[in-house]
Amino acid sequence: MTGSDSRGDQDARRAIDAVWRIESARVIAGVARIVRDLGIAEELAQDALVAALEQWPESGVPDNPGAWLMATAKHRAIDLVRRKERYARKLEELGHQLESQESRQSHGSDFAAAEAAADGDIEDDLLRLVFTACHPVLATEARVALTLRLLGGLTTAEIARAFLVGEPTVAQRIVRAKKTLAKAGVRFEVPEEGAERRERLASVLEVIYLVFNEGYSATAGDDWMRPGLCEDALRLGRVLAGLMPREPEVHGLVALLEIQASRAAARTGPSGEPVLLTDQDRRRWDQLLIRRGFAALARADALPGRPGPYAVQAAIAACHARAFTPDDTDWPRIAELYDALARLVPSPVVELNRAVAVAMAHGPEQGLKLVDALGDEPALRRYHLLPTVRGDLLARLGRHAEARTEFVRAAALTRNERERGLLLARAAEAGRNS
Amino acid sequence: MRYMSLIRINEDNVPEGGPGPELMEEMGKLIEEMTKAGVLLDTAGLRPTEEGTRLRWNRGELSVTDGPFTETKEFIGGYALIEAKSKDEAIEWTSRFLRIHGEAWDITCELRQVEGPDFD
Repeated sequence: MTGSDSRGDQDARRAIDAVWRIESARVIAGVARIVRDLGIAEELAQDALVAALEQWPESGVPDNPGAWLMATAKHRAIDLVRRKERYARKLEELGHQLESQESRQSHGSDFAAAEAAADGDIEDDLLRLVFTACHPVLATEARVALTLRLLGGLTTAEIARAFLVGEPTVAQRIVRAKKTLAKAGVRFEVPEEGAERRERLASVLEVIYLVFNEGYSATAGDDWMRPGLCEDALRLGRVLAGLMPREPEVHGLVALLEIQASRAAARTGPSGEPVLLTDQDRRRWDQLLIRRGFAALARADALPGRPGPYAVQAAIAACHARAFTPDDTDWPRIAELYDALARLVPSPVVELNRAVAVAMAHGPEQGLKLVDALGDEPALRRYHLLPTVRGDLLARLGRHAEARTEFVRAAALTRNERERGLLLARAAEAGRNS
Repeated sequence: MRYMSLIRINEDNVPEGGPGPELMEEMGKLIEEMTKAGVLLDTAGLRPTEEGTRLRWNRGELSVTDGPFTETKEFIGGYALIEAKSKDEAIEWTSRFLRIHGEAWDITCELRQVEGPDFD
């Protein structure tokens, strides 16, 4: 290549980069099955990318670029494994099987045909990669970084920008994560149906949800990589749903994400301030995503077993999504769903949300009973929403002096300037009414 | 980022009998692949222009015209709504859609980004 890039070279590189983003997870997964080590698998996949960058600008992007990359990486993997003494015997078998296939075919389109025929294997490998990257032996941020890197196709720099940390930090996390997996002897496989698999799957879903929430919490002034995390999480969720179509909680999570994402445009006001659900302009809710969310929820419901926590949360989100105006909201149904959620994943925050729903469905008196039961909850001691909700319910009951006390307390607990202003305003109003 | 891919074709270029069974099968496979990749949000073919209707608003005057529309031979045969991280990715997926049409087709996909929340 010459010193200055011609436009053709730049276009070729961008096209190859796009192919890489689309195909890299599968290539890494396919190689990982052979070499049984994520670090080595990623390196070999990168080697294939380098080969593509060297050859494709001349020869053009092949008709089936994914198969080309996979074949190239797998050939190197096989060579590597052949050379390793540790795998000598397994290897020889492996080498024999693949060797006889190869002697009948040539590298390139024939191998591609064989790969295409073995599509089921690619999906199995991809699922193994998902489960391995999200292994509970890894710290949460390690799982997140590894997943976004190996499955999301994000660069280290992009992950760093998205999570507001330094690039070397992310690079270290990924290196250490791979080492931890190797040292712990984590096997490149998906556990059989049972308790371990449920646990491992929960870990995968947790990672995806975490990535989504990180993106969802981004504010208007942030780097666009941050809200972009919502798209990344959604895509990962959808991929997982395609790989595990019979797992209801996967569909439940996807449904929840689709519906939450549908509100993205309505969630922030003109100066970037957050807008509450009940105050959002619902015309700005993305109906395509809402439909997709309902479809995913229907798939979850059609599968056997009682709804899990994600499906229930999705059902709650769906209740809101169905209401054209806040007054149309089916609060009794939401209250029922929170009852179910509280049984599945009891927590003070869930209980507080349940109190709000019960108040909307059955009157502030009922809601207040539930909130009062939370009064001493240590987890909520510094949680400004507890006194906020209590104040709101008291105001609705005409107990304005008490409401004012709660709003003042809430204002002291929140770190958000704008929120504090709003709460103090409500306190003042309650003061006037009492 | 979302992209609409508008499938445009000249009526003289439509092969006899339209898309054959192999093409339909390949399209089905690609649609499944793109759906599973979390990339394809929506796609559909559009019924022929003979069945279509155009409504024109010309500064206060509404006119309604039934198809076929003879002034141009090019028509929109269908669309795909793609979610991609970059235009280059959208281009790559769209080229895969076009490649499966093989030697018998002369067909164009116009990729247009969909207006959306501005993250910049």
